[in-house]
Amino acid sequence: MKFRKSEILFFALRNTKLRIGVFIVALFAFLAIFGPYFAKYEPQDFAGPGYNPPSGEYWLGTTTFGRDVFSQFVYGLRSTFLVGFVGGSIATFIGLFVGFLSGYKGGLADELLMMFTNIVLVIPTMALLIILAAYLKYRGVFLESVFIGFTAWPWTARAVRSQTLSLKTREFVNLARITGMKPLKIIVVEILPNMLSYVFMVFILQFGGAILTAATLDFIGLGPTQGISLGLMMQQAVLWNAIQLGMWWWAVPPGIAITAIVGAMYFMNTGLDEVFNPKLREM
Amino acid sequence: MALKIKDLRIYYQTLRGDVKAVDGISFQVKDGEIMGLAGESGCGKSTLSNALILLKPPMKYISGEVFLNDKKLPIDNYEAMRANRFRGVSIIPQYAMNALNPIRKLKQIISDLLEHHGESFVKMRDMIEERLKLVELDEKVLDLYPIELSGGMNQRMVMVISTLLNPSLLLADEITSALDVSSQKAVSKMIVEFRDRKIVRSVIFVTHDISILYQVADSIMIMYTGKQVERAPTETIVKNPLHPYTKLLISSLPEVGIKYSQAPLKGIPGRPPELLNPPEGCRFKDRCPVASEKCDEEPPLVEIEPGHQVACWKVGAIDD
Amino acid sequence: MIELKDITKVYSLGAFGKRKLTAVDNVSFSIGEGKIISLIGESGSGKTTIGKMMLKLIPITKGQILFQGKDLSLFKGEKLKEYYRYVQGVFQDPFSSFNPIFKADRIFELVKSEFFPELTGREWQIHVLDALESVGLNPKTVLNKFPHQLSGGQLQRMLIARALLLDTKFLVADEIISMLDASTRIDVLNILAELKKGGLSILFITHDLSLGYYISDESIILYRGSVMEAGKTEKVFSTPLHPYTRMLLDAVPRIDRKWTTFETPERKAVGSDTIGMCKYYDRCPLATKECEAQGLIKVEEDHHVACWRWNDV
Repeated sequence: MKFRKSEILFFALRNTKLRIGVFIVALFAFLAIFGPYFAKYEPQDFAGPGYNPPSGEYWLGTTTFGRDVFSQFVYGLRSTFLVGFVGGSIATFIGLFVGFLSGYKGGLADELLMMFTNIVLVIPTMALLIILAAYLKYRGVFLESVFIGFTAWPWTARAVRSQTLSLKTREFVNLARITGMKPLKIIVVEILPNMLSYVFMVFILQFGGAILTAATLDFIGLGPTQGISLGLMMQQAVLWNAIQLGMWWWAVPPGIAITAIVGAMYFMNTGLDEVFNPKLREM
Repeated sequence: MALKIKDLRIYYQTLRGDVKAVDGISFQVKDGEIMGLAGESGCGKSTLSNALILLKPPMKYISGEVFLNDKKLPIDNYEAMRANRFRGVSIIPQYAMNALNPIRKLKQIISDLLEHHGESFVKMRDMIEERLKLVELDEKVLDLYPIELSGGMNQRMVMVISTLLNPSLLLADEITSALDVSSQKAVSKMIVEFRDRKIVRSVIFVTHDISILYQVADSIMIMYTGKQVERAPTETIVKNPLHPYTKLLISSLPEVGIKYSQAPLKGIPGRPPELLNPPEGCRFKDRCPVASEKCDEEPPLVEIEPGHQVACWKVGAIDD
Repeated sequence: MIELKDITKVYSLGAFGKRKLTAVDNVSFSIGEGKIISLIGESGSGKTTIGKMMLKLIPITKGQILFQGKDLSLFKGEKLKEYYRYVQGVFQDPFSSFNPIFKADRIFELVKSEFFPELTGREWQIHVLDALESVGLNPKTVLNKFPHQLSGGQLQRMLIARALLLDTKFLVADEIISMLDASTRIDVLNILAELKKGGLSILFITHDLSLGYYISDESIILYRGSVMEAGKTEKVFSTPLHPYTRMLLDAVPRIDRKWTTFETPERKAVGSDTIGMCKYYDRCPLATKECEAQGLIKVEEDHHVACWRWNDV
């Protein structure tokens, strides 16, 4: 195992895709964590005159109303990572739970759970989120993440189920059963550890997916009523014709950040795929 | 001589170094001969047979020469081997039942393959049907998909396909291991039939099961950790083996008629050494009941009598 | 000790479970204390299914399994756990029996945490060392290793040792040496034979007749879910009465005798015309139209055969 671990580490460290992905995500995460300490203004403060291009005083310029774009950007990054983490975690967790239960139990439980999964899968997520958003007067970033998490899990559940089905036929599961272990324990101590690499990749995908969904919601105006996010920034920039007015410093940074983070996540995912799956490795 | 191999070395590349899976093997197979290749798992028997047809990473060619019908076989050149595959050397793989694309009609699979080798399905149709009859398959199967055939039928189909171009050398890689006794017998029959009808000139039958080889092979070569330890006519290997490893291997085989309560058999203690850094000298010395200091030096393969070679310093030293 | 009464297992296949497949058809036998019984059959004979049902890994469709007189279907929850204290199994594939990402000796730890949580680590260690010794393993070479660092023979012996940690009285050994190398398989067989002397009963499932002969007291020949012949091992092997048993014995590759012919009757697709007929009807060289499904006929006290013409063919 020592060899196996170091082997995985060996391939992980020399995998270019993974290295690039981690570097980009880490860069933005660093900005999200420490950026606000460098920001001179609150994101919604009127910091000075509007229409200011980037300068020593306003690093990324100001908006039409004189808000500091850099402050908005770093606080927005924070909420973007929050959405990714909370939404991604919830979706991963529910997906794992349903997938494991359905795959391991089989029979009627499997049929019912998969029926439920398929129903959630075919409900247009966006429509559901629009309705929910319309009903709630006050919405925060956290609540938005929870919504996203609760609607993004079905694909994960289905994938985890099929993996569980194949692991279940391995003899060590039978051995655990004749050791008198309970189903839940077998799932947690025998099956789950075999899928950790997979779970990790699912989480990364869900993380990126949640960020993208949140940005879309914000952009069409169903984002948080309080706080700031990258999607909200883009929405306001478009609303106030930032592009037409040549205020690129307002519209471009949030777009680049979202694209870069989500892109880097997918990059990490393919990179990890190569690390964990020996068949895909480039020797 | 149908096949002649000189000092062949094939290693496996791993992160920790080269695994010496085939380490200096030399032997010949005569025209019309079925040679059995036996040994424990990890002895290099499958590596050897695979290297003769499809040598690709992580397998690495180190040295040695292979001659097929007195012509050099470019096993270390993937591209140059292309012309030799199926025609010169062909293989029935270990998991033959899963070797065919399940959703393509057998007719199409065969005609693709033949076209690839510059032949035509239509012209060869009569011969194909004849061959199918030989393995007791109905010609109607040509219009079926592999998924519609049973595992045994698929395996036979693979046997027909891999011998269609009358290869000089047929490699059979553990083809009986996953089968029931009655199917083992049927498959063995087909291999012998292929040889008797001169469809193939010679066969290397790779298996761990010596009792099957006793039924079909003309001669048997025993491998141990990448080296050949003994080669002799079948009757000699089974009835009068000389190498201590062969002796122990043969004497550990349970047979109908042997009962634990009357005559318990014994296995071979210990396990084979790692092939990353195999020990100097005879590789069997740590498990060998008659090993001595002399065995720290590698024993050469010596011809004891015509057709019987042994690699042991102590040949003839132990008698049962 | 353990008794099967008219056990049947039907699998439902296809959409909505429309296709039925009878894997085990009305099988009855019993295993006494300290006996080894071989269950011999080709793939698809239902031998593994029977072993799994006895371990309660799959449900029984019809019939009863009695363990020490108690119905197996009543064992649930804590009671089932108690059942596993006495009834254990070892499976065909030693590598698949171990969770590849944990150390191999974890199988012992799991037994401790499920059955002997009250024992201290040191007390348990003594038990483990004892068990390893009785399967001829050196603790130094097998403890603290990952499964891929051990050989199939070592792993299979560890699994037998695991069963010994419990008060195992009955062991299902499902093809446990078919994936081992010739040089180690006989050692594993010998261990089973030794354990039998200590009173362990074993169901030895195999497709290899020579192994069955080597180790067992009684043999059961199974074909397509039905018992073809059963009895004392020596009798079944020396005077086989069923055409199927004879065919199997002829097909066994041996190193003391060559096959006289390569001909062997092979299994054909089973059509509806064979319903109600003898299971071996499709392959039997001696079959006639009258060969209807046949139950076991008692030929001698310890020899039964399911062929109505056993006497005149």
